[in-house]
Amino acid sequence: MIEIRIHGRGGQGNVVAAYLLASAAFEVGRYCQAFPNFGAERRGAPVMAFVRLDVRPILRRSQVRTPAFLIIQDPGLLNVAGVLDGLQERGGVLVNSSRSSEELSHQTGKTVVSFAATHLAMQITGKPLANVALLSAFASLTGLLPREALVKALSSRFKEDVLAKNLKLVDMIADRVPSKSWKEIADALST
Amino acid sequence: MLSALEGSQAVARAVGLCRPGVVAAYPITPQTHIVENISKLVADGQLQCELVSVESEFSAASVALGAAAAGTRAYTASSSQGILLMGEVLYNISGLRVPMVLTCANRALGAPLNIWNDQQDSMAVRDAGWIQLYCADNQEAVDTTIQAFRIAEHTEVPVMVCVDGFVLTHTLEPIDLPTQEQVDRFLPPYRFERALDSRHPLSLGTCVDPLFFTESRHSQHKALLRSMQEIVAADSDYAGIIGRSCGGVLSVFGSAEAEIAILAMGSVCSTLQEGMQIFSQERVVKLIKLRAYRPFPVSALREVLQGVRELVVLERALAPGSGGIVGMEVRSLATTMNSPPRIHNYAVGLGGRDVPIEIYPRLIEAVTCATEPVWFEIFDVEVERLPIEDR
Repeated sequence: MIEIRIHGRGGQGNVVAAYLLASAAFEVGRYCQAFPNFGAERRGAPVMAFVRLDVRPILRRSQVRTPAFLIIQDPGLLNVAGVLDGLQERGGVLVNSSRSSEELSHQTGKTVVSFAATHLAMQITGKPLANVALLSAFASLTGLLPREALVKALSSRFKEDVLAKNLKLVDMIADRVPSKSWKEIADALST
Repeated sequence: MLSALEGSQAVARAVGLCRPGVVAAYPITPQTHIVENISKLVADGQLQCELVSVESEFSAASVALGAAAAGTRAYTASSSQGILLMGEVLYNISGLRVPMVLTCANRALGAPLNIWNDQQDSMAVRDAGWIQLYCADNQEAVDTTIQAFRIAEHTEVPVMVCVDGFVLTHTLEPIDLPTQEQVDRFLPPYRFERALDSRHPLSLGTCVDPLFFTESRHSQHKALLRSMQEIVAADSDYAGIIGRSCGGVLSVFGSAEAEIAILAMGSVCSTLQEGMQIFSQERVVKLIKLRAYRPFPVSALREVLQGVRELVVLERALAPGSGGIVGMEVRSLATTMNSPPRIHNYAVGLGGRDVPIEIYPRLIEAVTCATEPVWFEIFDVEVERLPIEDR
């Protein structure tokens, strides 16, 4: 089972990211589970969302405590206690930040892949929402979710112009991160 | 066909498949996406139904009561304080023997204010005369919602479908929705015998004096008890048409001969079920998933408790000053057994406290080491965080 924890702030589309990720995995025949852990229901508050993917039906409903992957939508959260807690030894952290992967890996002592997702999202969609860009990067890093799966998941939630722009963003991101560098660990957890 | 759906969305679509005539709801917190999704189905023309947005949960339940009394299939949903605000109407609905369905997205009650999941809200109205069915996952939430209309209409007892808030309502997972054709076969158009009709006037809700109140309560109690057969029959007919069962009034997982058992209700059962698989080297255990809490399935429970020596009763609520609520009833049932189990009663996961999978081996260890039965404890309470006088 692959467990993923998404950290962000209220209003950044964290839950949507979790739902999209799970839906895309469902499209390629995986069992999935995605759920939020809301803090206070207001914009800006730190929030978490959880995703589980497996080849078998998923029964447990506890929070994800030992994720294989972390997706962090707001780089400021790297300094918040508990955000990196429980990350598996070989696990990876995907961060939305303008600082380099090397710099953040050094700072956190974890395997970090970083890119300026908000900036790119702003350019393509005109909205400062990094979630779809990060999802696309995650798909590329792990090789878990082919483009068609992302397209299906996005099409179930967005329509027309918003969908077209997000699909453009998906295509643009795929090459911005080291493709399949997390594939080995994702595959190892998928048996 | 399986689709990846959020629990609330799936329940909304299940309600839509039941072709309700009226859905009334208070659309603001504490509400789930259920009525939001139903309103979308109506707005998109996929559901012909009158959707009434009201100013409070009291009104939501009242509108649904009126609609159901006039003979239509009626539905509402709420949770937490919203259920409390409905309280007076809930007693009226059941006392008037008007069939309808309500989803309780189980959440804690304040104060302190807390929006997260436990089952204190439905427990607070456990004696309101409604059938209460608890769901372990979103598939059961969908299937139970559809079955609930049939149970309510066959028994003229309203049904509350209890679905853990957030843990189920906000979780996206693969869920199968039956087809409209299947649901139509299972749930034909409904006709309420005592429907209010100006051409054939009758009174509903008259004053009943001491001469007859006792008998009316007796009749309501018996109707609830009799509904047990209908809960089982509806589940079995549903399985015949749709191919899935929710286990009737309760299900047992693990070894039937186990001397250790855990009894629980709702989504915590799923976590415990995986716990049983992962920690299978632990003692032989059986998990009793109680689906029907009202009516309380005394004989079915007595049967599955035969041979059990240590029984853990888990609760997602409590009766302050007394202890467990489900535990209290299971204890009273155990007194009618020849060799009753020792009962250890714990509350877990209050106000959204996570219930990790490790709870399973810890509970098993706790009861196998216990010299005395645990009357009642809140599991994992961190007393050191409280002032000394409150510990």
